[in-house]
Amino acid sequence: MDHVTFFALALPLIVVATMVVVHPSPVYSALFLVMTLFLLAVYFLFLDAHMVAALQIIVYAGAIMVLFLFVIMLLNLQTEPREQQRRGLRRAALIGGGILVLELFLLLRRLPTGDTPEQALPAGFGTVQALSERLFTDFLLPFEITSILLLVAMVGAVVLAKRQG
Amino acid sequence: MVDFAITFALTVMVLLMVLNLGGLLLWVERKGSAVLQDRIGANRAAIFGRLPFNLGIVNTLIADPIKLFTKENFVPHGADKLLHTLAPIIALVPVLMTFIVIPFGDVLIIGERVIPLQAADLNVGLLYILAMVSLGVYGVVLGGWASNNRWALLGGIRGSAQMISYEIPMGLSLVAVVMTFGSLNLQEIARAQGQLIGGWIPAWGILYQPVAFLIFMAAGIAESKRVPFDLPEAESELISGYFTEYSGAKQATFMLVDFIEVIIVAGLVTTLFFGGWQVPFLLRDGFHFPWGTVIPLPSLVVALLQVGAFTLKVLFFCWLQIMIRWTLPRFRYDQLMNLGWKGLIPLSLANVMLTALLLLLF
Repeated sequence: MDHVTFFALALPLIVVATMVVVHPSPVYSALFLVMTLFLLAVYFLFLDAHMVAALQIIVYAGAIMVLFLFVIMLLNLQTEPREQQRRGLRRAALIGGGILVLELFLLLRRLPTGDTPEQALPAGFGTVQALSERLFTDFLLPFEITSILLLVAMVGAVVLAKRQG
Repeated sequence: MVDFAITFALTVMVLLMVLNLGGLLLWVERKGSAVLQDRIGANRAAIFGRLPFNLGIVNTLIADPIKLFTKENFVPHGADKLLHTLAPIIALVPVLMTFIVIPFGDVLIIGERVIPLQAADLNVGLLYILAMVSLGVYGVVLGGWASNNRWALLGGIRGSAQMISYEIPMGLSLVAVVMTFGSLNLQEIARAQGQLIGGWIPAWGILYQPVAFLIFMAAGIAESKRVPFDLPEAESELISGYFTEYSGAKQATFMLVDFIEVIIVAGLVTTLFFGGWQVPFLLRDGFHFPWGTVIPLPSLVVALLQVGAFTLKVLFFCWLQIMIRWTLPRFRYDQLMNLGWKGLIPLSLANVMLTALLLLLF
């Protein structure tokens, strides 16, 4: 990915990501988040990770964010007036954000300067076959643990919902 | 430069084919429903004078669109103006983008150049289609929310729940298909169906995956929100559901999206289960019949035959869906959810397991 493409994508990405937090209407926030995820998928495309890009859109933009919108509409959340935002929350956000910026600064200083030489990608990089092969050989244990974790979360949600009713 | 021009031409061609077919389906739906219900149907503004049977072509294909696109652009009071206008466009873009990965022929050989008859040959073609289908729900949800109307909101909420629910059996039925053909590339799947079983029967997907076909068809109709799954618009309960507050060009766009979704389902069913562009016994250089006769054909004729076969199959499945739409009554909401979660999902999971077992044994 050359510098022009990188910044042409990075600038709108930062703008929409900021709008997710700044916009007062929850529906618009959710939509900006969809746009953020979409632009991230474009990043993956430029990095030759086609399958990850497709999954990013299917899972995050297509399913999870639809559920977000569903919940926002079901609860009929309204635009939040500024005065109602809690004081303590704002202070916590300021401290948390400050620490994050400090960490980023320290991290950036440790990065090697100058252009790293471009490495040739192995054949078939980013294809379904290549990715699945890695998943089912080198990363089999984390992969299976993740699926069990998701199953536990699902069963837990069902149990909690049953107890309420 | 030439490559770019060819890709551009193919994309425009696919786009025009789809848009025209979408318009044509409006006529098929209106006149077809009239025939099914023993009505006359659209019968004004005949151009051919007094034919024994007025086809209603001017009515549905010219007069209605002109009327719709010249109407006042109306946004209801208290509605979110931006999203109300954007929603039909957000609904239209992903469904139009779906078609670029559907192959409508094998290859066309002109001199040295081999042109694949597919706008974009993606390694992750099937995943791309699932991604675009899953984005289709935003038009419905936003249209419903931005209208500032409780019927529309209910329609939008129903639409989002329904489309998320039916994406799962749809994806799982596709998993079984992918396992059978060993590829996510639609062109490769279509090519694999050109083989013959025992030298006679074309190896179309439906012979390997009949259950997946039924699940995919049901989930596909549910994704396109048509009867019997049209709960998001349910006229008898919600006026018109998510597009209650839409009129004129914006409503026409929603209708177009509806018809294009029908074409998507038809195109996918054709490609995955009915051989795509395959004509039985037709190879790249002509017909090779199992009894030994060989009829050599030039590449252009072969390509035309394939595109023709693909179009015919797609038209058949569009027609089938319209017939289903005018034959069945609407589900109740709980029946819809029960069918999706307790019927189709376990069935498609069992189908995946069975496919895996059979693949392991043979």
